[in-house]
Amino acid sequence: MQRYLLGRLISLALSLLVASLVIFAVIEVVPGDAASYMLGLNASEETVAALRDRLGLNEPPPLRYLHWVAGMLRGDFGQSYTYRVPVAELVGQRLAVSLPLALYALLLAVAIAFPAGLLAAARRGRGLDAAVMGATQVGIALPNFWFAMLLVLAFALHWRIFPAGGFPGWGEPLAGLRALTLPAVALALPQAAILARVLRSALIETVGQDYIRTARAKGLTAGQAILHHALRNAMVPVLTIMGMQFSFLLAGAIIIENVFYLPGLGRLIFQAITQRDLIVVESVVMILVFAVIVVTFLVDLAYAAIDPRLRKRA
Amino acid sequence: MSLLSVRDLAVTIGAAPILSGVSLDIDAGEVFGLVGESGSGKSMTALSLMGLLPEGARASGRVEYLGQNLLTLSERALTGLRGREIGMIFQEPMTALNPMKTIGDQVAETLVIHRAAGGAQARAVARERLARVGLPEDRFPLSLYPHELSGGQRQRVAIAMAIALRPRLLVADEPTTALDVTTQAQILDLLKGLAHDEGMALMLITHDLAVVAQMADRVAVMQAGRIVEAGATGDVFRRRSHPYTRSLLAAAGHRPARRRQALRDMLLSVEGAVREYMLPRPSAFAAHPRLRAVDGVSLTIRRGESLGLVGESGCGKSTLSRAILGLDPLQGGAIRLDGQAVTAGHRMPRALRAKMQVVFQDPYGSFDPRHRVERLVAEPFHLTGRPGDVRARVAAALEEVGLSAADMGKYIHEFSGGQRQRIAIARALIIRPDLIVLDEAVSALDLRVRAQVLDLLAGLQESHGLAYLFISHDLSVVRNITDRVLVMRRGRIVEEGGTEEVFAAPQDDYTRRLIAATPVIPAHLKEPDDAEPR
Amino acid sequence: MRPSFMLGLILSLLALAAALVSLVWTPHDVAALSIAEKLKPPSPMHWLGTDHFGRDIASMLMAGARTSIAVALVAVGIGMGAGVPLGLLAAARTGTLTDEVVMRGNDLIFAFPSLVIAILITAVFGPSAVNAIIAIGIFNIPVFARVARGGALGLWTLDFIRAAEVAGKGRTRISAEHILPNILNLLIVQGTIQFSLGVLAEAGLSYVGLGAQPPTPSWGRMLAEAQTMVTLAPHVAIFPGLAIVLTVLGLNLLGDGLRDRLDPRLGRGP
Repeated sequence: MQRYLLGRLISLALSLLVASLVIFAVIEVVPGDAASYMLGLNASEETVAALRDRLGLNEPPPLRYLHWVAGMLRGDFGQSYTYRVPVAELVGQRLAVSLPLALYALLLAVAIAFPAGLLAAARRGRGLDAAVMGATQVGIALPNFWFAMLLVLAFALHWRIFPAGGFPGWGEPLAGLRALTLPAVALALPQAAILARVLRSALIETVGQDYIRTARAKGLTAGQAILHHALRNAMVPVLTIMGMQFSFLLAGAIIIENVFYLPGLGRLIFQAITQRDLIVVESVVMILVFAVIVVTFLVDLAYAAIDPRLRKRA
Repeated sequence: MSLLSVRDLAVTIGAAPILSGVSLDIDAGEVFGLVGESGSGKSMTALSLMGLLPEGARASGRVEYLGQNLLTLSERALTGLRGREIGMIFQEPMTALNPMKTIGDQVAETLVIHRAAGGAQARAVARERLARVGLPEDRFPLSLYPHELSGGQRQRVAIAMAIALRPRLLVADEPTTALDVTTQAQILDLLKGLAHDEGMALMLITHDLAVVAQMADRVAVMQAGRIVEAGATGDVFRRRSHPYTRSLLAAAGHRPARRRQALRDMLLSVEGAVREYMLPRPSAFAAHPRLRAVDGVSLTIRRGESLGLVGESGCGKSTLSRAILGLDPLQGGAIRLDGQAVTAGHRMPRALRAKMQVVFQDPYGSFDPRHRVERLVAEPFHLTGRPGDVRARVAAALEEVGLSAADMGKYIHEFSGGQRQRIAIARALIIRPDLIVLDEAVSALDLRVRAQVLDLLAGLQESHGLAYLFISHDLSVVRNITDRVLVMRRGRIVEEGGTEEVFAAPQDDYTRRLIAATPVIPAHLKEPDDAEPR
Repeated sequence: MRPSFMLGLILSLLALAAALVSLVWTPHDVAALSIAEKLKPPSPMHWLGTDHFGRDIASMLMAGARTSIAVALVAVGIGMGAGVPLGLLAAARTGTLTDEVVMRGNDLIFAFPSLVIAILITAVFGPSAVNAIIAIGIFNIPVFARVARGGALGLWTLDFIRAAEVAGKGRTRISAEHILPNILNLLIVQGTIQFSLGVLAEAGLSYVGLGAQPPTPSWGRMLAEAQTMVTLAPHVAIFPGLAIVLTVLGLNLLGDGLRDRLDPRLGRGP
């Protein structure tokens, strides 16, 4: 167990290191240099020089990289050029929208996918299975932003149950939740379709294993065999997908936030791109990648929790 | 009244008949053997008794357990019987247990599911049953997971699960086929002891006539979904009233006609071969521990000689064969073929590689399914350069192994297992090597096909002056086809000598155990009873 | 042939046909603006109506199919071209540093969702269809590398590979001669799946302005432009969305059907 954990931790640290190098290098190849890029064509020599100085562009790149990483380790992500506030503060505000949204969507996806996947697997080859699988095919094909537009059309503009966009803040938690409902549904449905399919095929595969036959020979009914023996084994591929989905939901919310005018990370990053605020772009991308890598690590831990073969040396 | 009475059982899947007219009786407390080659319907018969036929299979006839017809019983009633009245164990112990649950939970589950006992009491019974099957508490706590056990130990757990509620009938479907001979002997002993002590009937399904001869009170012989002969074991073995039984028994005792070759000069010599693997580090900063799979092995093969290498799984025989074939490097010692050093990888000259070829065990995985037989058989020409008359040579090689030249246009899936092994032999022969490594080459074949392939190998050895390195876990096969034999255990050669001498008077303790554990048909059942007219 | 496979085939071919025909003919000129005709509902003149500039939506959808298919196709090409050799290499050298480096590199790319890659590229080079292709293509590399490695690893344990080694063939040659043909089925199936994901991703990137730029027609951008008019003229938003759904659905059904037909298990001849 310790060995497994340590291995995963080392891999986590290495991934973060390499990811930070990649992001730094990409920003580094900006045509011209970051300062003139950020200020645009009309900037005067002096302002560019001043910004260059402020950004520390006169230092050699390796030193700048070290400063950047050291800053992030202290929680200092630099100062946004356009907003003139610390990036950490900005990101903190925006995460208060993006993170709940991603979790909300994941929760919805699981709530829809598990019953659907279980039911389809249990009724394999029958009408209900075909209906669920047909629905998931359509779900997977739905672009979430288009689905979001249809939701707005129906539930916000026609029936006026949910707001069409904007976010009132968490001062009133229920209002906040209400504002996030349509975005979460738009994000969740295509993911639920994927998850249901993975769960179904994982279950069907597991049910074909020898130990399920052994369980049946002991006197378990088909249902008991699924519940007591297949489900836990089938969770391994399902967890993998869920981990990838959380990452996707966090990053994928970028588009949905645009549809609903939600002040999340996604909006922040788009504004930063249009305003050429490279400091914000760099840091937010790093944070998104950090989130993905940490989720992958958590999924690895979850594997160890369900699979005794991975905690051999406990 | 018999415990189980099967009458005119027929099973079809779609339009295909799987079983037809199967009738048999099993009495309380007896060991009933069901024997036949692969695909004869043995397992399907067992699954019909359990009501666990695969989806789409339809059964008709009667399967009466104490007068109740199981085929018409509701699923609910069947689940009440399974595990309580009729237990079952399967062939593959490595996959038969749930990897995510402890062995204690899995054994206790049988009790819990039938509401025979709850929590602590179920665990106590599980503890006692595991001890009964040879897994005592001090070394095998209930909290172990299947992956922490060997194949034989897992099969013991499976048996403990099946007998937890002391069923009246235990169905064992090839319970020892996946196990080593010494483990097989222990498991068979255990099953026989359990049947005796608990008064439990045992339905033993196997392809191995020797196992049946040793274990069963009564036996039924199956062929193509039918029972062709049944009766008391002694009667069936001696009388052999059905031609199929006769051919099976003949194949079991078959010895290919071999003339001992005049031993010529040295072909292969292995001196002090060492092959090590790195194991994962026990902790992050420790050095990799090494596993010596082959530990100072020396052997020689002369031209025209047939050398047997026997040992149980994991003894290092396959690792050794990979080194001999120049696929893996040695960490110590040397291998010389025809005087030249065998090295792994590119450094080994093609001309040297061309002096040896190989035939593997698995007739299904041995060929690229996307190539035609012509290309498959011609593959070794990569070593010698393609001659102008490839087609003619492939045709000749196919004819030599008893196939026809027309077969070269076909794909491998069009052939049976035995035919595939013939094609593998043709592939090995085509560049006229001096040495052929036969790595469990007949182990996957049914008895009668095996006898034919062994005859073919014996004939080819004579006509081509081939040397064989015959690697097998099956002592009886090695005994019939080799001049000399090596016994390997834990990476070392523990005994070496002329095959007949070693089998007649084994010197090493392990060899003795190995030979004792190998099931044989008792002498008095070996020869047909001529006094009895058929 | 299963009906779902037929449906998939028909939908996919339809999208392809629309894209190809648009090269030589569309019902109306895609670039022709006609403010007088703006936001007209479907009619015999304009089958699927017009947008806020009076452009013919049916014609734009046909031209948009071109962009979608081209972007997704090239991205799949990038993914296969780089991913498959990497996967084969990793499988042939399993347990070595090469394998480790390839697989860790894969994990690293997986840590950058394609949208994040697109954002990075756009931040530096500005938005364009080419950048969208690169972003989606990079994301496809580890997908194909994994599929190729997984399939190849299973094959490397089989005895016919051993036989090829005994016949003196090197790992590269074996990978090309024996492994690749036997994982082709897997790759084709994964290819259709990545193709459909590519169509979705292109639409998403164009929708937020990171993909194809005007005047290149694109389904995603049509939806972005339609968003503000969705109450006035729902058809402006509905038809491009339907085009995406039907194309992606078609490709997925096609992939599923191919998976069933080209069962990659060994022992079933070609």
